[in-house]
Amino acid sequence: MTGVDYSTAPQLAILLSGILLYAVAAVFAAMFHRHKSALAAVYPICIIAAAVTAGASLAALLADTHSGFRLPLGLPIIGLHVKLDALSAFFSLIVNLGVLTTAIYGMGLDRDRDLSGRVEPFFPAYALAMNLVLIAGDAFGFLFSWELMSLTSWVLVVSHHRDAGNRHAGHVYLVMAAIGTASLLFAFGGLAGASGNYAFDAIRAVPPGPLVSGLVLAGAIFGAGSKAGIAPLHAWLPLAHPAAPSHVSALMSGVMTKVAIYGLIRIVFDLLGTPVWWWALPFLLLGAATAVLGLLYAVLDHDLKRVLAYSTVENIGIIFVGLGMALAFRASGLTAAAAVAMAATLLHCLNHSWFKSLLFLGAGAVLHATGRRDFDGLGGLIHRMPVTAAFWLVGAMSISALPPFNGFVSEWLLFQAVLAGPQFPEPILRFMSPAVGAMLALAAALAAACFVRAFGIVYLGRPRSNEAAGAHETARPQQVAMALLAGLCLLGGLFGGVMVSAIQPLLQTLAGAPLPAVGTGPTPFSLVAFDAARSIYDAPTITIFLLISGTLTVMLVHRISSRRTRLGPAWDCGFPDPSPLTQYSASSFSQPLRRVYGSTVFGASETVDMPQPGDNRAARFTVRLHDYAWELLYAAPARAVLKMSERLNALQFLTIRTYLMLMFSALIVLLLIAAVWF
Amino acid sequence: MNHAYDVSHLLAGLMIVASFALLYQDRIFAVLNIFAAQAILLSMAVGWEAWTQQRPHLFITAALALGLKGIIIPVALHKMIVRLGVHRDIDQVVGVGKTLLIGLALTSLSLMLVLKVTATAESFTREGLALALAIILLGFLMMITRRNAITQIVGFMSLENGLILAATGARGMPLVVEVSVAFSVLIALFVFAVFVFRIRERFDSVDIEALEDVRGDTK
Amino acid sequence: MRDTVILLFGQTIQMFLVLLIAPGIAGITRRVKARFMRRQGAPIIQPYRDLIKLVRKESVVAQNASWLFRSAPYAILAFTWVAAALVPTFASGLMFNWAADALALVALLGAARALLALAGMDVGTSFGGIGSSREMMIATLAEPAMLLVLLTMALTAGTTRLPEVAEFLISAPITVRVSLALALVALIIVALAENARIPVDNPATHLELTMVHEAMVLEYSGRHLAMIEMAAQLKLVLYISLIVCLFLPFGMAPANAGPAAWPVGMAVYLVKLVLGAALLGAWEVSIAKMRVFRVGEFLGGAFVFAFLAILLAFVTREVLN
Repeated sequence: MTGVDYSTAPQLAILLSGILLYAVAAVFAAMFHRHKSALAAVYPICIIAAAVTAGASLAALLADTHSGFRLPLGLPIIGLHVKLDALSAFFSLIVNLGVLTTAIYGMGLDRDRDLSGRVEPFFPAYALAMNLVLIAGDAFGFLFSWELMSLTSWVLVVSHHRDAGNRHAGHVYLVMAAIGTASLLFAFGGLAGASGNYAFDAIRAVPPGPLVSGLVLAGAIFGAGSKAGIAPLHAWLPLAHPAAPSHVSALMSGVMTKVAIYGLIRIVFDLLGTPVWWWALPFLLLGAATAVLGLLYAVLDHDLKRVLAYSTVENIGIIFVGLGMALAFRASGLTAAAAVAMAATLLHCLNHSWFKSLLFLGAGAVLHATGRRDFDGLGGLIHRMPVTAAFWLVGAMSISALPPFNGFVSEWLLFQAVLAGPQFPEPILRFMSPAVGAMLALAAALAAACFVRAFGIVYLGRPRSNEAAGAHETARPQQVAMALLAGLCLLGGLFGGVMVSAIQPLLQTLAGAPLPAVGTGPTPFSLVAFDAARSIYDAPTITIFLLISGTLTVMLVHRISSRRTRLGPAWDCGFPDPSPLTQYSASSFSQPLRRVYGSTVFGASETVDMPQPGDNRAARFTVRLHDYAWELLYAAPARAVLKMSERLNALQFLTIRTYLMLMFSALIVLLLIAAVWF
Repeated sequence: MNHAYDVSHLLAGLMIVASFALLYQDRIFAVLNIFAAQAILLSMAVGWEAWTQQRPHLFITAALALGLKGIIIPVALHKMIVRLGVHRDIDQVVGVGKTLLIGLALTSLSLMLVLKVTATAESFTREGLALALAIILLGFLMMITRRNAITQIVGFMSLENGLILAATGARGMPLVVEVSVAFSVLIALFVFAVFVFRIRERFDSVDIEALEDVRGDTK
Repeated sequence: MRDTVILLFGQTIQMFLVLLIAPGIAGITRRVKARFMRRQGAPIIQPYRDLIKLVRKESVVAQNASWLFRSAPYAILAFTWVAAALVPTFASGLMFNWAADALALVALLGAARALLALAGMDVGTSFGGIGSSREMMIATLAEPAMLLVLLTMALTAGTTRLPEVAEFLISAPITVRVSLALALVALIIVALAENARIPVDNPATHLELTMVHEAMVLEYSGRHLAMIEMAAQLKLVLYISLIVCLFLPFGMAPANAGPAAWPVGMAVYLVKLVLGAALLGAWEVSIAKMRVFRVGEFLGGAFVFAFLAILLAFVTREVLN
């Protein structure tokens, strides 16, 4: 137990009291789950808990706190370690800001229609579990809270259990979570090594050898990566995330994936010892492939919430690329570049949690107002839900990495890191960096296409169904939640430089160097990568420029123009058709992209069934897509398992003597193995 | 010295571009023209090497490349195509986009490999070898992706351009070898030509898939 | 303090200079095209007249258009204008050149494009949708190539800040120029696609199923259309300036030369712009428009050129160091 500081910092104490409040809310709601008012009380309590916890973690982050203690609980001898450092504090901030805004959204839920004993008790329990993962100081506590997080979120996924699709999603999710935890268990086993000490401080003191560290890396990427949604392990994510109630979807997509990233950073950057350059390869390859693949799925999908889930897969890919870049730079001794890549990764975690939560909450509002989430039944909502539409536009621009919003800040930093790629001493990395950069640029352009499509189909144009035509604006608390997140997206975009200065100590620890300090650029708000002569992005200045030129344009045009405006029917080249079905639909929008990318990635094929003249059968157009990741990695093993379990089913009907014989032979085999091994 | 490097870098770089143009181009006369351009670039590169490194025998190689591959073979093939009447578009097994991406990957691979392996060698040799290997691999790729016998011949000869570039870079490769290489190509051309005429006579097509039908392979 | 005022002054000059000359550049391109087609062609100042006429006319807005449709033209013009004001044109090192590096410039244009595509979908017509979807598809093909061009720049000049790149290139050794030439070809292809020029899109057509940009802006009229046209012309000037700044920065006034060097820089810049516009016109008459699904191959060519540029730059660095 070296290096553990057993004194408890005040930040940790406050953080723990907030976490305790989550537990209280969960227990309270579970006890009185038949009373709607008790269920409704969950959200105010969660808001207080989240505010307290977020405040404490922000303070801990700024103070670069290292604090922890040991509880005599859990496994004997080892005990239960609780610790808080800057890394935990940063991710705790992400988690609790997410809980805060989704709980505010929850305040606006319809008491009779929406609240249920299947959701509200588990909401604080889920928040609790995520917080526990972050402050766990040993492998046992980490895995226990990780499993708790999986189970509580699973309950939330199957809360609408009457829908067969949700049950299927829950089933896949549970299996994937179990496999992921097993793989993490394996990774921690490798880390603890022969000494068998599972406390993080003890692990850190004795880094594993090269072979073991490779195995640990594989286990961590599989375990935490599958939870985060890295391709090709992503297939459960677009099923499970949309199945939950929308504010829980926001938490799962925006926040829980970041907890998985936290686990990965904890293991790979903190516990695994000095990095070797090839560790970066799986991150870069998987990340770049995931980024493009996730968006290609998203841009071809027809379900608003599933599109958002696929876009989460893409963002996890971007984060993986950032991690890989940071690892590679650090292993090559290029700490300044490692700091840029790490800053991009961390900021993207934070930014993604904001805009993805915002987009999911907006999708929840749309779902609530229309009862539909399929693109073919939406449209024109900007007229009936103007506030939601405006905030969703902010979210869509942020996620498409467009200035002046926050998505561009992390994207810019990441591109700066990629542009430094030619400095790698290792040729493989050097030659890979332009390819990775091109994939990232493709992903960024696809993200813009995907969200132009999503916003255009859902909010613009004419309504495609009666439900969409009769939609209503969402409740006030939900607007407040979205306003908060949209405000954060804008502030994060403008003051990226300030946010970087908050994570400087963390960068020093993880990357080996901080970014250039605030004030090295021309203004105090300039974001500087490497040094001021090399690259600057100054969002406030650009925004002021935008405001000036926008105002000038408005003034100029209104000065000389006639200002007369006449409303008329749409022009549409002279042939406007009143039916909303003649609008461009979601599938027509994605047709060019499907033609260009679909045949390679999804084996897309189109068939046209055109009846002969005189035949009054309707013509049919069908598109077939293959989801290779699902077919090869999920469906095929599932069939194999099913077949095997049918074979093994026979075991249930044996006599007791045969059972005893089986157990006895298993014992003999184990003894034999032990005899040979030692 | 630096000047010498600039020009050879430029010429070799343009040869790579020509290789990619060969992969991309699907009109048969344009393929021939690009091939001729690549051969002329090759002769210039070899000639430049001969001039800067004072190795006059390389001028013969340059002249051979220019005369044979820059003029005679393209003209001959041109005539053959006209006589066969196959100046239509040529089809490919893989799509253009994928072929180009594979080509980029191959180029990266060969540069990475040669630069890593020859880290101690003299700079000229490294550059020449790296780019030459890329041209050889691209020629191979062209032969694989094309189904048309004539463009396959062009792919083969483009590959051979890479071989000559590599040989020029490597010091001390005797002229005899180069001449023999050049002649072997000529012989290969004749073989191919006869072959093409035979296919044409029997199957009314220069698509080599027609051959596979005869062999009885199931596709 | 005096320096700041001067630099601010220079920045303001540039901001209005690009706005003033943009329609003229479009006019030159059209004129050159017309002359090559043996037509008289409209006078070069015709685009100015068109803009003024459009602004003065009343705007007809579709009944179901939203606030997005009405406000998008202002935002699009603002984004494009700021991007054009921040590219080094006649002098490098002006007041706010540092605010946006090459990546940020591309992103500003991306924002303008996304807003335009959204505006195209607002009224809910089939033409608007077709334009928007194709515009976004073309962008996905162009952006990777664009990034690789920027990577080549960053690799050779060691920075993504445009004034520094320009100054580096004025004194660059010849060896990097082979890579730069390839990157130039890639950038020109990207610029043709981004500006909706032949062979990707035809700025002169209407009522054709192949159109992209014109389909998106079909519902606009009056002052709104004027702003969209202005933004398109600014974008053309921006791309020509970018190409000139990155590849032919000769004659640009250096960062510390002061206002005395500006007139020369401006004259050289204008000559380069006019030449660029004329070349564009000549190119457009000499080539036919492509089918929309062949654009992928065309822009794939840009990608290959840009990637080769990087690979050759790698070789040079490796071999010479």
